[in-house]
Amino acid sequence: MLVLLLIMPVLQTILLSYAANYEVKNLALAVVDHDLSPASRQLAAKFSASGYFKVKQTTFATKEADHAMANDRVDIILEIPAHFERDLVRENHATVSLVANAINATKAGLGMGYAQNIVRDFNIEFAEKWMARTVSTAPATAEGGGYATAPSTVQITYSNWYNPKLDYKTFMVPGILGEIVALIIGFLTALNIVREREIGTIEQLNVTPVQKWQFILGKLLPFWLLSLVMMTVGLAAGKLMFDIPMVGNLGLVFLYTATFTPCMLGFGFFISNFSDSQQQATFTVWFFLLIFILMCGLFTPVESMPQWAQWLNVLNPIQYFVEFMRLVLLKGADFQDIKTNYFSVLTYAIAVNGLAVWSYKKRA
Amino acid sequence: MTNIITTHQLTRTFGKFTAVDAITFSVKEGEIFGFLGANGAGKTTALKMLTGLLSPSSGSATVAGFDVWKQPDQVKRRIGYMSQKFSLYEDLTVRENIRLYGGIYGLKMSEIKSKMGVLLEKLQLGPEADKLVGALPLGWKQKLAFSVALLHEPKIVFLDEPTSGVDPLTRRQFWELIYETAVTGVTLMVTTHYMDEAEYCDRVSIMVDGKIQALDTPRAMKEDFKAESMDEVFRRLARG
Repeated sequence: MLVLLLIMPVLQTILLSYAANYEVKNLALAVVDHDLSPASRQLAAKFSASGYFKVKQTTFATKEADHAMANDRVDIILEIPAHFERDLVRENHATVSLVANAINATKAGLGMGYAQNIVRDFNIEFAEKWMARTVSTAPATAEGGGYATAPSTVQITYSNWYNPKLDYKTFMVPGILGEIVALIIGFLTALNIVREREIGTIEQLNVTPVQKWQFILGKLLPFWLLSLVMMTVGLAAGKLMFDIPMVGNLGLVFLYTATFTPCMLGFGFFISNFSDSQQQATFTVWFFLLIFILMCGLFTPVESMPQWAQWLNVLNPIQYFVEFMRLVLLKGADFQDIKTNYFSVLTYAIAVNGLAVWSYKKRA
Repeated sequence: MTNIITTHQLTRTFGKFTAVDAITFSVKEGEIFGFLGANGAGKTTALKMLTGLLSPSSGSATVAGFDVWKQPDQVKRRIGYMSQKFSLYEDLTVRENIRLYGGIYGLKMSEIKSKMGVLLEKLQLGPEADKLVGALPLGWKQKLAFSVALLHEPKIVFLDEPTSGVDPLTRRQFWELIYETAVTGVTLMVTTHYMDEAEYCDRVSIMVDGKIQALDTPRAMKEDFKAESMDEVFRRLARG
């Protein structure tokens, strides 16, 4: 069991960080090329070279591509009209059509975003090439001939702070760690007291003068230590395998973890006290954990949730943890920066463990 | 002799079902009190109310001079309890269980150590001390549970069907343990449905459908019912 508990965070971190992220890659692309010109081929090649798209189909018939999308074989259709190159050269203007399968809206949105970037890049390259050719074939005869100079373009440069390489693993790992520890701790504690009730050992404890708070504290301590060990193992795995940045103070990370895990511990005990069987406890914990995990900001930003959901999230311990880990590990925030978060979690821990003590009944 | 347990109209209902119906009785200090009745007669429910595991629906009870409802911790410090269901930790060793319960009752480490030695010696569990309790035979488990219930030197020990499911030889040994304990002045309240065991008690009560139908010494009870054995007394009472 103990070995299992130490392997679980490592395995989940690896699996989820690699597989469950926002990067959309390998979008299936169908190219409908009515032009068959060097320019059209160049554009299609640019798509497949980007790494985001895989050309699954090249055809001349729009219908064929539509059919492929209907059968889910293709995510995006790039349709290049006839006379594409001619229009581009003569009229300095041409149109291509992009169709996305928007059943998965995120995928469609990101795919379109990538596609637009590729088309824009293509535009610039094509313009430069064309201008260069014009210049070389028509040496400057007219003074100040406007068409001889390349059009001035404004280029936007990006710099991605705190995660310069836009590595999603950096974004995911700290959050996943919190989610895993919360999951394991939540289940272990929720099943604990109710299990004793099922096998009857709790009766022997209840006839002793042991105080309710002593009982909960006695239950809490071993799991609390276990959670710290799990966090250490998880952080080490994140560092060794993904080289996640640890900009902030590690002491602060452990102080915070030591305050955060009692939230989940107390939460589990509280549920356990209200459950008649381990089965019931499992269902109840799963109900809450699913909400906590999906709303913790790991998968969708908390700021984009409706106001009422953000209010509900005040009760979501994992949300605090994810925010903290990102602030401290990735941005190097110090205690002053995360003070509000820390005291929220501290209050949460005290309140939920108070509830656990209160709901533990020595007498039926 | 003074009364160490007294109850007055003690009642417990579960919904519409009355498990214990206004029982009033007392147990004297130092006696072995047999709490008899068929399965479902209300013995365990009554015992759970006296040990503070269950709150009474109405009525009152005092144990060792304290009100079980108002002063549960005072009561709990002075009682030992052995549940019908074996309730030591099967995934801890014999030694660990003793240390755990010694600690819970606030015994000092030195006290626990010396008691551990005496206890292991008495139960001849020395070689088994570091084995998991779950691996012991039922008879040994029961004897261990009884000894653990005595660890903090309680004034009263409640034993809920301590001998159910064990072989006749172990039952006999168990009753020897009960006698040895009684000699030290501890009061024992034992529930059982073995009528031969009733003969070993100083006084017995017989519960039928939540009520105490008879309470006396086994000898007086047999005379009253003009019966040869407690078994016969019980059958007449249970038939109604």
